[in-house]
Amino acid sequence: MTEAEIEAKVINIIAEKIKVEKTEIKRETNFMTDLNADSLDMVELLMAFEEEFGTKIPEGDADKLQTVGAAIDYIKKCKAAGG
Amino acid sequence: MRTLTLRRVVVTGLGAVTDCGHSAPATWDSMIHGRSGIGPVTAFAQSGDWSVTFGGEVRNLDFTQVLDPRDAKRMDRYCIFGYVAACQAAMDSGIDFSTGDPYRRGVAIGSGIGGIETIELGINKLAQSGPRMVNPFTVPKLMLNSCSGQVSIRFGLRGSNVATATACASGSHAIGAAYHFIQRGDADVMIAGGAEGSVTQLCMASFAAMKALSTRNDAPTEASRPFDRDRDGFVLSEGAGVIVLEELGHAKARGATIYAELVGYGVSGDAHHIAAPDPAGAGAQRAMVNALADAQLSPDSIGYINAHGTSTPLGDAAEVAAVKQVFGHHARKLSVSSTKSVTGHGLGAAGGIETVATVMAVKSGILPPTINLHSPDDGFDLDFVPNHAKERAVRYAINNSFGFGGHNTSLVFARFDG
Repeated sequence: MTEAEIEAKVINIIAEKIKVEKTEIKRETNFMTDLNADSLDMVELLMAFEEEFGTKIPEGDADKLQTVGAAIDYIKKCKAAGG
Repeated sequence: MRTLTLRRVVVTGLGAVTDCGHSAPATWDSMIHGRSGIGPVTAFAQSGDWSVTFGGEVRNLDFTQVLDPRDAKRMDRYCIFGYVAACQAAMDSGIDFSTGDPYRRGVAIGSGIGGIETIELGINKLAQSGPRMVNPFTVPKLMLNSCSGQVSIRFGLRGSNVATATACASGSHAIGAAYHFIQRGDADVMIAGGAEGSVTQLCMASFAAMKALSTRNDAPTEASRPFDRDRDGFVLSEGAGVIVLEELGHAKARGATIYAELVGYGVSGDAHHIAAPDPAGAGAQRAMVNALADAQLSPDSIGYINAHGTSTPLGDAAEVAAVKQVFGHHARKLSVSSTKSVTGHGLGAAGGIETVATVMAVKSGILPPTINLHSPDDGFDLDFVPNHAKERAVRYAINNSFGFGGHNTSLVFARFDG
């Protein structure tokens, strides 16, 4: 999976789960303050990332993924490390 | 202890989502024209193992006018049905929920089961992917009180916020509870009714296992035939019926359209069997007697009964016996019909949906028929309004609902003449 493919997939998942238009999703977009996601939305979103990319996101890391860019970078790093 | 003066309670808004119509007017129109909403199940694929292949599904409900996809994602089907019906009733009432005292307004929406589809999906996910992948919205979706909660949030209702769970009497118990809140002075406005999202795999297989369902797979629209000799069980359906109840003075002050007055509510318990009625209908009798006493009416003042009439052999027989016992000679003068012949049995939604029917009957002077009634069973010698609606002005009408567990309710509605 290329980095561009990862990015596109992450954005698709966000649009699908949070029910927002893809055009509203930028790297700097904050899930909670910009997209109004609550804690349950965040759990669902991270679960969908785990399922799609076959990675496990530990609780401690999950709290740090507050923006779209942070999520993309985190998943890219996991995939690069063979996760 | 303070002394209570009971206040009068009127119906000022109607909402319904059923297999035969996605609004109260559409549902009522189907009822009086005998247009069945029952058909082959489309929600899930059925192998040859299914003994029942039809039901009363709510198909293609367009809820986008009242619900955005983000909110809909947080609701089970049952909740969406109830929420849409509640929005219709609220809009119909003309009450501006953005102003006024929110602590004087409340909600009571019951359900027999709650979010059963959410439970099924959750179990499947658990088995398939393990506990870490169970959806975080599972609990807020499956809760039987989630519909009341969501409606309370939508309309800012900060008074009573409750849900009732008495199987097929849930909707009527919710309306009865709302009636009491307003009568006592605890609320001025209540949104009340019942909702069910029951045409799902587990629900259908479970009722089929009890042999409670009609197996007339070759003729789904003829399967719900209350009081007919050839009835063979009920037809599982779903939907919601929700009304706005309001204190009379409050409704008059704002010039509201008043559909009817709720003048009596009676309940009882069978204490007999978890899923079968008392054969003589003793519990049903007591609920009707209590409702008449609450309304301070004699039996001969009732012109119409919207029966529980589910089309099961035992249930219909018990209800007919109860009506004869309570009304004596007058039983043959009043009209009794079951709109479940058109809608099927919406379980916890039934009391709400049939309250809409009963209210419309007293308001319009048209009694909805019992369709598929060609040969009444032995001793079933009442006017069941067979197959065609009829005009009959009635001053008082009863809506009966009885639930597994031996829960019995009777609501008495009066025509409102000002």
